[in-house]
Amino acid sequence: MNRRVWVQIACVAITLFMGVPLYFIALAALSSRESLNRFPMPMLPTDPSVETLRTFLDTTGIVPGFVNSLTVGIGTIVLSLLIGVPGGYAVARYAFRGRGPYQMFLLLTRALPIVVLSVPLARIFLNAGLYDTTYAVTLLHTALALPTTVLITAAIFVGVSREQEEAAMVFGASPLKAFLRVVMPQALPGIAAAAMFTFVLSWNEVLGATILTLNQRTLPAQVLTTLSDSPLAYRFAGGFALVLPAVVFIAIMRRYLLNMWGTTLR
Amino acid sequence: MARTGRRTPPAAVLLIAPSLIFMTALFMWPLVVGVGQALVGPDGPTTAYLRRMLDDPYFWTATRNTLLLVVVLIPLQFAFAVVMALLLRERPRFAGFHFYIWVIPLAISDLAAGLVWLSVFTDRGYLNSALDLVGVDGYAWLSYQNPVTMFIAVVVAELWRSTSLVFVIVVAGMQGIPKDYDEAAEVFGATYWQRVRHVILPQLRPSLQVALILRTILALETFAVAQALTGRNLPLLVGETYQWYSVQLNPNVSAAIALVILAVSMLAAAGYLRMMRDATEAR
Repeated sequence: MNRRVWVQIACVAITLFMGVPLYFIALAALSSRESLNRFPMPMLPTDPSVETLRTFLDTTGIVPGFVNSLTVGIGTIVLSLLIGVPGGYAVARYAFRGRGPYQMFLLLTRALPIVVLSVPLARIFLNAGLYDTTYAVTLLHTALALPTTVLITAAIFVGVSREQEEAAMVFGASPLKAFLRVVMPQALPGIAAAAMFTFVLSWNEVLGATILTLNQRTLPAQVLTTLSDSPLAYRFAGGFALVLPAVVFIAIMRRYLLNMWGTTLR
Repeated sequence: MARTGRRTPPAAVLLIAPSLIFMTALFMWPLVVGVGQALVGPDGPTTAYLRRMLDDPYFWTATRNTLLLVVVLIPLQFAFAVVMALLLRERPRFAGFHFYIWVIPLAISDLAAGLVWLSVFTDRGYLNSALDLVGVDGYAWLSYQNPVTMFIAVVVAELWRSTSLVFVIVVAGMQGIPKDYDEAAEVFGATYWQRVRHVILPQLRPSLQVALILRTILALETFAVAQALTGRNLPLLVGETYQWYSVQLNPNVSAAIALVILAVSMLAAAGYLRMMRDATEAR
């Protein structure tokens, strides 16, 4: 057989390895409880049902968890952009002393394991009266997202023409106005992409959200803490609910992926 | 009136100040508090929490499992990612579709990945169902009596979830390699494997180094995959901090284990950087 055929076969095999588990979790979540109890389990969607998913959504804490996850995710986007965009702009536009150390500091913070922050933060937030609120989780997630936000937005601003910004200022715009009217419109698609990455980071973070809350659980924290005393059907539905946004997100973002995760990480 | 002679701070400092203050408050401060939690008791400095941690048999099992996971997972995953990137470089048919499927796990959390593979590996799950259809008896993959298959299940789930990150970094690195190098080597009669070994891989070095440090640190933090697949039957270090914090309600021991994880991460990163520097000097 020639080489191209082997390449095709290998690609299909890897796609099956990556894709089939996703098919299975969707199948399990969309099966009735009765067919989940059958053995062998049906491999084809012979009788699709929303029973399992509905039971999952009706379980205490799931819908509030969903709302909390959204709140935290959006809050994290807003906060990390508010704090991170100025930093990214400074790195892109000014050759100031301390730029190297600043970038190094950001890279270093990314290397800190989340668990090292979460446990002491729980005590700090307890003293500050922030424990068990979505604000606490938002602050933690912003800290995790901020280094990436600064580095990504810096890369975006480098790509926006400096001359246009200066021209606007020559014609009487203040620096802030020049930034908002000239730079932002050009940087917006990239910043939107950075925002979506931030959201996914927040949506997926489990450990910190679990440690910082008791009642105001995010969706993954709620699923994790109820895992051990839940039936399999609940776990499959939970897995599916957590996976679904990822599939949609990657479908929208795949064009940006290489620039975002690929290049900025180097 | 403002005092003259004092220069206004440059714009750049004003722009980075919020992020610096925020990061210091949320990284440095907790770090200091965390060290205090682990090493200072109600009556001053103490090693009681550390001793309690070391006396717990779960701690040693968790340490062994975590290190074993890193040692097994990382090489497998890098080989897999490089193969995936090389395959895509051959411009197969439906390359866009393959790429999409291969990068989906990038946005999947470790908890979700654990639950996805639970549907495969659980006793009456899809793997045993498939085996049953071809007439093979099922196997209790995730039973605590079968620690080897339990470990393999966690490795497979992590391989599935986290290889995409390495893959994307490698693909981005490959895009930076000028085509002429590869073509020149081909003109001079280098075989495919010679070109991979002597042209492509050396050029990928910077990308692979970053991915290696990043993935090792992240692999040391593996937690929810094992939790979803095995509960506490396959303890990992981060899982133990969670256990001590949420179940035993002892944040001090939890903070002590967190410091161990931090120390191992730093050691690993420093070790890699050193190895890489030595390798560069030797060339």
